[in-house]
Amino acid sequence: MAHHVLEMPVTEAQVRALRINDTVTLQRTLYGIRDATQIHMFDRGRRTRFDLQGHAVIHTAPNVRKVPLDADDRAEHPAGYAPVCIGTTTSDRMERFTRPLMEREGVRMIIGKGGLRDGSSQAFAELGGVYLAIVGGTAALETTWIERIEDVDLDDLNPESLWRFAIRDFGPLLVAMDSHGGSLYRTVQADTAARRAQVLASLGVKA
Amino acid sequence: MNVDLQAVEDAAKALYIRALKVLPPDIKDGFARLQQHESGATAQSLLGTMVRNIAVAEQTDNLLCQDTGIPIYNVTLGRGVRIDGFELQQAIRRGCARATREYPLRSSVVHPLTRKNEHTSCGIGVPVIHIDFSDAADTLTIEMIPKGSGSENGSFLRMAIPAEGVDAIKTFVIDCVLAAGGKTCPPTIVGVGLGGTSDLVVALAKRAATRPLGSVCSDAEGAALERRLSEAVNQLGVGPQGLGGDSTAFAVHIELAATHITMNPIAVNMQCHSARRARATFTPAGVEYGF
Repeated sequence: MAHHVLEMPVTEAQVRALRINDTVTLQRTLYGIRDATQIHMFDRGRRTRFDLQGHAVIHTAPNVRKVPLDADDRAEHPAGYAPVCIGTTTSDRMERFTRPLMEREGVRMIIGKGGLRDGSSQAFAELGGVYLAIVGGTAALETTWIERIEDVDLDDLNPESLWRFAIRDFGPLLVAMDSHGGSLYRTVQADTAARRAQVLASLGVKA
Repeated sequence: MNVDLQAVEDAAKALYIRALKVLPPDIKDGFARLQQHESGATAQSLLGTMVRNIAVAEQTDNLLCQDTGIPIYNVTLGRGVRIDGFELQQAIRRGCARATREYPLRSSVVHPLTRKNEHTSCGIGVPVIHIDFSDAADTLTIEMIPKGSGSENGSFLRMAIPAEGVDAIKTFVIDCVLAAGGKTCPPTIVGVGLGGTSDLVVALAKRAATRPLGSVCSDAEGAALERRLSEAVNQLGVGPQGLGGDSTAFAVHIELAATHITMNPIAVNMQCHSARRARATFTPAGVEYGF
């Protein structure tokens, strides 16, 4: 259960070194992506001007404040947005986008909550990727790990735009799915399924 | 008692922001109880992060969670309260939109077909506004619930039949908790509706999921079943965030209604660990905010 501090972007070798139950802290850059972003990118053929090769994306749609172009602190808000509250969302809805994110865009890490499925596990194994669990519903804390919103693309989808965040000490995040077929979610699901009969019996349910 | 519409609009705005920032004390106590009993190391660490986040939100005056949810306003009119019902609804809508634009909050509300976001947290039929009546003299209460989507997507309806009995209820609740896994942001409050019609049973499940921790079903049979189910779900091992552990749910809550001789309706609605709610109480003395 090692802890890794990673400057983004990362190489395939760096990602393959991560194992489930390791923890990770990310530095420098993180991209925010969501349902509508990926529906438009992969179902409707839209492309981003961002280079996501080797990067991490977090399943998010942030709360932001628009900053006028002539504001005094404009340098702090180069994209015209200040972060208000930034956290994560349930990843499962975006399961089918894992492979195209990796194959077409070169993404290496997906951050979210609740986990992804076997299709994503296979993509992580074949292409070299990981799923990092962040704690859902703890956005006040996670917002303190974000320095500024550096850039934004596909902003007609706001708040489900493609966001580029400058980050510092973003983590610790838990490696919950790795590139060697490991998935904490699959382990827990097997365990809970095995307990089902016993729990129903304790409630007096006839088999 | 006459209620000023501007005061209602202001409260609708203030309640939305307040609910997003400060968790009720019963939920904080719920975390403390789970922390006492949790045996898993990862689960303890996750609960610790959740508790830390509650403090950070208060210290930094920030929102607890990025999900501003679907806004729900539960209005209860006491005896002798005089207000134009239509105007009341409009005032709440205006307050909800103002909270979103003026704070600003992320508007999480879109048209179901076009997916267009008006950036007001309002749309057709949203905010959800429920109006009920009570015996309390000269009292108007507005409860605001920003219902997070991760847990709302963990909603289930089953029109079981009488021959399946109570076993169907127990089995369905357990299977819903398993199906939800980590997607509903556990530890959750598992709201169970029983009886009524298909629409009423779903509404009861929502009321159960948003009831304060420590409250008990007003029906004795329902109360006994919610105690048993509360114990049972935490034997499943789903744990915080679905990553394993004892803390799958703060509690199972049941709300029930009478039903038809041929029916055995069951609904489940879940509330995430960021179980947010806020309340404004209007009396002749003024407006008071609480949970």
